[in-house]
Amino acid sequence: MAAKAFDVDALLDSAQIIVCCGAGGVGKTTTAAALALRGAERGRKVCVLTIDPARRLAQSMGLTELDNTPRAVAEIDTSAGGSLDAMMLDMKRTFDEIVETHSDPDRAKAILSNPFYVSLSSSFAGTQEYMAMEKLGQLKAASNWDLIVVDTPPSRSALDFLDAPQRLGRFLDGRMIRMLTAPARAGGRAYLKVFTIGVKVFTDVLNKVLGGQALKDLSLFVASLETMFGGFRERADETYKLLKEGGTSFIVVAVPERDALREAAYFVERLETEHMPLAGVVLNRVHSSAASNLSVEKSLAAAEALDESGEEPLTAAVLRVHADRLAVAGRDGRRAAQFRSAHPRVGVVEVAAQSSDVHDLEGLREIGSELSNGPSASAPKIAG
Amino acid sequence: MSDFPAVKLHVVSGKGGTGKTTVAASLALALAAGGRQVLLTEVEGRQGIAQLFDTPPLPYEERRVASARGGGEVYALAIDPEQALLEYLEQFYNLRRAGSMLKKIGAIDFATTIAPGVRDVLLTGKVMEAATRERRGGGRLYDAVVMDAPPTGRIARFLNVNSEVAALARMGPVRNQADSVMKLLRSNKTAVHLVTVLEEMPVQETADGVAELRGTDLPVGAVIVNMVRDPLLPDADVASAAAGQLDTAELGRGLKAAGIEPDPAIVSALAAEATDHAGRVRLEQQERTVLHDLDRPTYELPLIPDATDLAGLYDLAERLQTAGMV
Ligand SMILES: Nc1ncnc2c1ncn2[C@@H]1O[C@H](COP(=O)(O)OP(=O)(O)OP(=O)(O)O)[C@@H](O)[C@H]1O
Ligand SMILES: Nc1ncnc2c1ncn2[C@@H]1O[C@H](COP(=O)(O)OP(=O)(O)OP(=O)(O)O)[C@@H](O)[C@H]1O
Ligand SMILES: [Mg+2]
Ligand SMILES: [Mg+2]
Repeated sequence: MAAKAFDVDALLDSAQIIVCCGAGGVGKTTTAAALALRGAERGRKVCVLTIDPARRLAQSMGLTELDNTPRAVAEIDTSAGGSLDAMMLDMKRTFDEIVETHSDPDRAKAILSNPFYVSLSSSFAGTQEYMAMEKLGQLKAASNWDLIVVDTPPSRSALDFLDAPQRLGRFLDGRMIRMLTAPARAGGRAYLKVFTIGVKVFTDVLNKVLGGQALKDLSLFVASLETMFGGFRERADETYKLLKEGGTSFIVVAVPERDALREAAYFVERLETEHMPLAGVVLNRVHSSAASNLSVEKSLAAAEALDESGEEPLTAAVLRVHADRLAVAGRDGRRAAQFRSAHPRVGVVEVAAQSSDVHDLEGLREIGSELSNGPSASAPKIAG
Repeated sequence: MSDFPAVKLHVVSGKGGTGKTTVAASLALALAAGGRQVLLTEVEGRQGIAQLFDTPPLPYEERRVASARGGGEVYALAIDPEQALLEYLEQFYNLRRAGSMLKKIGAIDFATTIAPGVRDVLLTGKVMEAATRERRGGGRLYDAVVMDAPPTGRIARFLNVNSEVAALARMGPVRNQADSVMKLLRSNKTAVHLVTVLEEMPVQETADGVAELRGTDLPVGAVIVNMVRDPLLPDADVASAAAGQLDTAELGRGLKAAGIEPDPAIVSALAAEATDHAGRVRLEQQERTVLHDLDRPTYELPLIPDATDLAGLYDLAERLQTAGMV
């Protein structure tokens, strides 16, 4: 097994921004928190931006409030001179803050209660990704930290993180919005005519279907977009530039399952085409067995023989546990090997499946140490 | 005997990846068994049903995807909000031409994306239409409708179309539509089932989801515990194994009896694996207690090797029937 790993500690000691991406539920938040903790205990001033952490993990980092403010995590080892601040992203709050900083109080109030705005800021697909980027930009600008570790929102596809903000930007800068704000600007003459009629039909239909108030709300919303959200797309592009700067690295998290590995592969390829720096892939929740020379077949046959004899029920059960585990480990190992051979230039580190959820600093430290040194339980010698 | 005899609309939610689509499809097969007609719908534009039944992407049209044991049929519909809006405009206002023009300039996309609640009213409205069809109206009649719904984090909001739309339209047809959707959703003809697995986060989400649904008067149906693995250790040994106090002498003796050399490294490796396993069994037991306290009918479905074939879905369907859900 001469597979290439990547040097997590070297990365932690030098990077300025680390972004953890991956499909839903693979361990992005856990990995981000573990990296941040390790970085801090190695002496850096670290801030970790988490998104919807599991409740107990959040509590263990002292994150009891969703208030968008980084707070110091007590109980870390500061002997190397580092520190750790952690925060949970409040997507809506972040959006509201953009509104508040870009308009006077009365106007801000009107926008914040506008139903179209409320819908956009709380449930538009992609808002969370956009706001994560926005927040990252703010944290970076504050210059309080050496290293910012960013978790990404749960989404089906890891690519959403790269695509969603632009999608939101496109939508807000889109034809429809432009047309509603200033039809005259919308384009050439022929276009203009279709558009003007289109807008009329649109407002008529809206009036009929939703009633007059909705139309008023919509115009207010659109007018406010015009004055304060102008250049939404540029804003998204700006923050994305940050991701291409030196000092930023991506870590793609996956578990040894088909869908998650496929997402990881897409993501790795995409980073390559966009010239975004990939540090490597974390293969999380990998099973292994320290007794791999006792094969699945032999264990099951032995368990059956014991069953027949009616003796030693405990040993028969333990043999079945082993056979089960070895089968899973074998499958994980094959999938990991497949991924490695399909992406020979990508560094991969493995983290063992822990026997329980990761919900305290001790658990995060263990993950951090595996990220740097490989699984600490016996090396995964996989049969088959 | 079915635990939900009066229910016509089964909404299936749960944390992402726990098996909503798989369970919704199995439930549809179970409901169709014995000659009934069931519609399976999806609302997130992911073509999950087509993937599961290995058919080409579903158009905005009810298509037969499977026949059930004993003669029933399952139809499927992937509801697209834009199509639903066009259909709505045409049906209620005769606005077919306006509709296609609106589509061209991007207004339909705009309305279904940003107008608060409109998208959800359209999606749930279409499901309601299918669930309440009557003899003389157009379209196929169904005995039951199953919705592969958005995940737990969004379900209450998704179903609570009224409050979203109320912010936008105090009266008018969309408001009326929202009101009648809400009436069906809050009635005993609807049940919102939650799928989970026996892990901390999904169970926590299930508990939160149940509380949120109850808080908005939406009828919580069953809890479906999916991908359950058999406990392999005898109950009596779980506690000692979890504590890492398995009797290694007994284990060594047992291995010897089975013809395996009880090398100390092997014995301790096996004991460690048993400890991990027992730890998981105990965590699962704790999660079961949390689910039990939710006080809803709860059914367990095993982890099966072929959950993506029709055979696997029939298997799961049969288990839902045996367990009494259907
Ligand atoms: N190596 C591991 N061993 C065991 N459990 C793990 C491991 N890594 C993560 N977990 C557990 O898996 C669950 C999901 O992890 P996490 O929340 O980090 O995933 P995520 O990718 O952030 O999910 P989402 O996409 O929902 O945000 C958590 O309960 C966590 O404790
Ligand atoms: N009982 C089961 N046994 C084995 N595998 C299962 C079982 N139920 C679901 N699966 C598998 O788990 C994966 C997720 O299932 P499914 O797609 O139904 O989940 P979902 O909740 O609909 O996911 P999403 O949130 O992405 O829509 C699929 O690969 C599916 O085949
Ligand atoms: Mg997360
Ligand atoms: Mg699904």
